[in-house]
Amino acid sequence: MEYMLMIFSDPEGWARLTPAQAAEGMAAYGAYHEALQKAGVLRSSARLRPGSTATTVRLQSGKSQVLDGPFIETREQLGGYFRIEVADLDSALSWAARCPGAAHGVVEVRPVWAMGEP
Amino acid sequence: MLAARTRDVAAAEDALSDALAAALAEWPGRGVPDSPEAWLLTVARRKFIDALRRQRHDDEAAAQLQWLSDHSTDGDHDRALPDRQLGLLFACAHPGIARDVHAPLMLQVVLGFDAATIASAFLVAPAAMAQRLVRAKTKIRQAGIGFDVPAADALPGRLDAVLEAIYAAYAEGWSDPEGADARRRNLADEAIWLCRLLASLLPDEGEVLGLLSLMLHAHSRRDARRDAQGHYVPLSEQDPARWDAAMIDEAEALLRRANASASPSGRFQLEAAVQSAHAVRRHAGHVDWRAIAGLYDALCALTASPVAALNRAVALAQSCGTTAGLTALQALVGDPRLQQYQPYWAARAELLARHGDVAGAQQAYQQAIGLEREPAVRRHLQQRAASLGLSNA
Repeated sequence: MEYMLMIFSDPEGWARLTPAQAAEGMAAYGAYHEALQKAGVLRSSARLRPGSTATTVRLQSGKSQVLDGPFIETREQLGGYFRIEVADLDSALSWAARCPGAAHGVVEVRPVWAMGEP
Repeated sequence: MLAARTRDVAAAEDALSDALAAALAEWPGRGVPDSPEAWLLTVARRKFIDALRRQRHDDEAAAQLQWLSDHSTDGDHDRALPDRQLGLLFACAHPGIARDVHAPLMLQVVLGFDAATIASAFLVAPAAMAQRLVRAKTKIRQAGIGFDVPAADALPGRLDAVLEAIYAAYAEGWSDPEGADARRRNLADEAIWLCRLLASLLPDEGEVLGLLSLMLHAHSRRDARRDAQGHYVPLSEQDPARWDAAMIDEAEALLRRANASASPSGRFQLEAAVQSAHAVRRHAGHVDWRAIAGLYDALCALTASPVAALNRAVALAQSCGTTAGLTALQALVGDPRLQQYQPYWAARAELLARHGDVAGAQQAYQQAIGLEREPAVRRHLQQRAASLGLSNA
């Protein structure tokens, strides 16, 4: 089964860290990424720039509308994701618990809905 | 316990949670009774009968009510109730019930934890945990799993499952050193409580005493695992003055009793003995690593557990030198059961670093950091890696 581990956290939190703490935090993500790779479960991952850099597009009555900012304004924003392939939800949760994001934010675990799957 | 009488686990639980609510309402005023568990069960049984009376139209309920009334005289709970509690523990850890549900089931049925709390502790989705518990209870009812203490010849095998489940509950509680999650902190205490109950009912079983000793030893060091700033302190650097001396004394006495018992030393007695050898540091000032290596030899022979083999390698490194430790560790390289086990990578990193293999140590530390759940331990590992004078990737 494929799962998306989505990290929601307050980008202000990162901004408040000292350079040394931020480096340690990044290194923890690096090590986590590597552990996922070594375990052979990592499909893809990405870190996203903060919601302040977001632009939203929608089509309304045939016209595209472009808005500045994220779809939902919340303190905790989607900051990145890990897409993993594991046996079941329990394994996905055990990887989510190891994600540094679980300590400084929350990690939402969602099964990936593959194309064509009912 | 209550279910032992009625065979209806769900109804027994409801009655028990009513009793707990009554207890919480009464105890602050009247004080905790001398024997809280017997008191709780008496109240629970009354509530259960009340509940059954309310739904008398149900034939089965009426039959159970009749059965309960027949068997419940107010004097009999002193001796009989703990035995039923014991029987219930055995039912929860019955071989017919999936192994990974044993501990959660005990927590719910014997201690009244709700499914969501248990799910959090065992890192399982709440809906999935609730489903597993319901399925297990249905199985107990439909398969007619009895709430009896197994006969002497079947006891050792059945007892192992009970002890393992209690230890699993303890381990989940133990893994929350900051005590940030009160529900998980309780889990460790509750596991010790369950084991005490077991030890009082089976006072001659060496492994029961061994497990209780093991958990008390671990528990005695609970607060010493963090310094004032909340940083992780590894066992070897802990200040023995911060260990709970009374708890260690109790653990030592239990271990002596276990050794005096007729049964051969099992896994938990050996593990308790390892903890005891660590606790010696509070008087001797040092740890007897040679004795620990010997104990892990015995554990490896007994259980063939890769974790025991890992600990044996670490003990060998301490008693016979880094090379001996690394040689023992080499035999474990590639063991799939250790690939996602943080302590394996941390131990490997430590030994490689001592051996001068800085690059290998760095790689192993990265793996350990990536697998660790606790932020404080993760930071500790990162600092160890950085102290090698390496660029901390």
